[in-house]
Amino acid sequence: MISARGLRKAFGEFEAVRGIDLDVRRGEAFGFLGPNGAGKSSTMRMVAAVSPPTDGELRILGMDPAVDGPAIRGRIGVCPQADTLDSELNVRDNLVIYARYFGIGRAEARARADELLELVNLTEKAKAKVDDLSGGMKRRLTIARSLVNRPELLLLDEPTTGLDPQARHLLWDQLFRLKSSGVTLVITTHYMDEAEQLCDRLVVMDGGVIAAEGSPAALIAEHSSREVAEVRFGSADTAADAVNPHERYAEQLADLGDRVEVLPDRLLVYAADGDTVLEGVHARGLHPVATLVRRSTLEDVFLRLTGRTLVD
Amino acid sequence: MTSTDVPAGSGIPGGSPGGALGTLTALGRLSDYWVTASLRTWRGSVVSAFLSPIFYVLAMGVLLGGFIEGDPDRLEGAPTYLAFIVPGLVAAHAMQTAMAETSWPVFSNFKWNRVYDSMVATPLTVRQVALAHLVSVTVRITLICAVFVVVTAPFGVYATWWGPLLGLGVQALTGICFGSLMYGYSCRITTDAAFGVLFRLVVFPMFLFSGAFFPVANLGPVGERLAQLTPLWHGVHLSRMLCLDTVDGPVALLNLAVLLVVTAVGVRWAVTGLERRMAW
Repeated sequence: MISARGLRKAFGEFEAVRGIDLDVRRGEAFGFLGPNGAGKSSTMRMVAAVSPPTDGELRILGMDPAVDGPAIRGRIGVCPQADTLDSELNVRDNLVIYARYFGIGRAEARARADELLELVNLTEKAKAKVDDLSGGMKRRLTIARSLVNRPELLLLDEPTTGLDPQARHLLWDQLFRLKSSGVTLVITTHYMDEAEQLCDRLVVMDGGVIAAEGSPAALIAEHSSREVAEVRFGSADTAADAVNPHERYAEQLADLGDRVEVLPDRLLVYAADGDTVLEGVHARGLHPVATLVRRSTLEDVFLRLTGRTLVD
Repeated sequence: MTSTDVPAGSGIPGGSPGGALGTLTALGRLSDYWVTASLRTWRGSVVSAFLSPIFYVLAMGVLLGGFIEGDPDRLEGAPTYLAFIVPGLVAAHAMQTAMAETSWPVFSNFKWNRVYDSMVATPLTVRQVALAHLVSVTVRITLICAVFVVVTAPFGVYATWWGPLLGLGVQALTGICFGSLMYGYSCRITTDAAFGVLFRLVVFPMFLFSGAFFPVANLGPVGERLAQLTPLWHGVHLSRMLCLDTVDGPVALLNLAVLLVVTAVGVRWAVTGLERRMAW
């Protein structure tokens, strides 16, 4: 569906995407995971055939966006990061008018609008103004709009940013259904749980390059341990000097796991068995104020690869 | 799950190789948006578009004009001040309306409500999106000017029945001439504060001093020449000649040529401006 080799996007001196290679296969859910400014949205705009690449080779549905932009855009759906809904139009008209841009006849456009409102549970809001919708409803309407041309490939740029947990889960459910109906999904996100839930395969992006690629499980297996023990020490222990005192504890715990990461407020000890790590901490006479043992996530992979957390 | 059971990719009518649409096809697809959006917001535009010029005509043409002697020699051939002011005022109003419609609304469409972003995510191109907006502005201006002509006709200001019809075309051309220039300007600024400067320092003085309210000969030789350099003067002058049936052939052709050339430059400036703006 998508093939890129050495893809670059520069804005003057600033290089947002610095030579990436990609292959997205039909029917899969593919993710771009990375923090803000990683180059995810710039890549998505190139894939959406609205932003010309500065350099490199890009094929979407077998076509060159520089030559076949309108044909490509006719066969893909785009759910942009910011809701670009028209507040002058009501909910249903936003879909009907958008369908007209694809050359869909008026009667067919109205029928599709009603079907899609049903799909995203907005039928009762058909006549409402867009401004009266909640954030989650607007997002669902934007996704409905991106489906109006029955796309083969759906691009979702940060689909759940700013939504409450309930709205996120509702959207994930709808995206699962789309995938099972054969639509190829490409998703950007800085939420590692979203990437793990939705994506068959993903790339971790940072600073305009791809840091790693694979399935969520394979990335975790390759770049992290099975479990993580999180250890937090109290302010009485940490106020002694200006340097983050967790650094001091890190040295004492270094041999308890495969690796130790120091965050401003806690230590992460990577090991096959987190409980054994905690037993070792207590055996050394240390008394953390809070501990937690959990499985490794993509957040840990990202931390390992870039030295930074996903959401600052 | 109902609608997405339809096979993916089955939704698009066939197109040409490369998928590029003809301009007319694209304008047709975009017309639904502009018609629907206009119908939803017509109440807001009634006051500024229709009532303001009528207030101008009553206040300046009828009431102030009552104190001004109707001398065709001093009023570029108009028998009364009302007959003098109406054709020029409509052209100047067309300019102001078109510039208002292509300033904040255009800026908003790529900066705030991002309507253009949604349009160009479809088979439509940036060029087609810009042209469709300019066409919709032209249609709006033509309608506004037409209402103006109908309202002012009973005052007996038009010398012939066909004059105001041709004048209507000139007024609309004057409007889109400036509308396209403003469109290109809107695409090239970084903050909307730039509109305030332009409107206060360029548009409003031009509105006052380009011959709509008084003959530019009153500005003195230098002022007259300066006023005649503005495309608005050409629009006002041609509109007035047509409405008063005082057409001077060569001058009329010059007026028309200036308007057409500036409009052509303006449309190009507008399209390239939006193309640059959307290519990030």
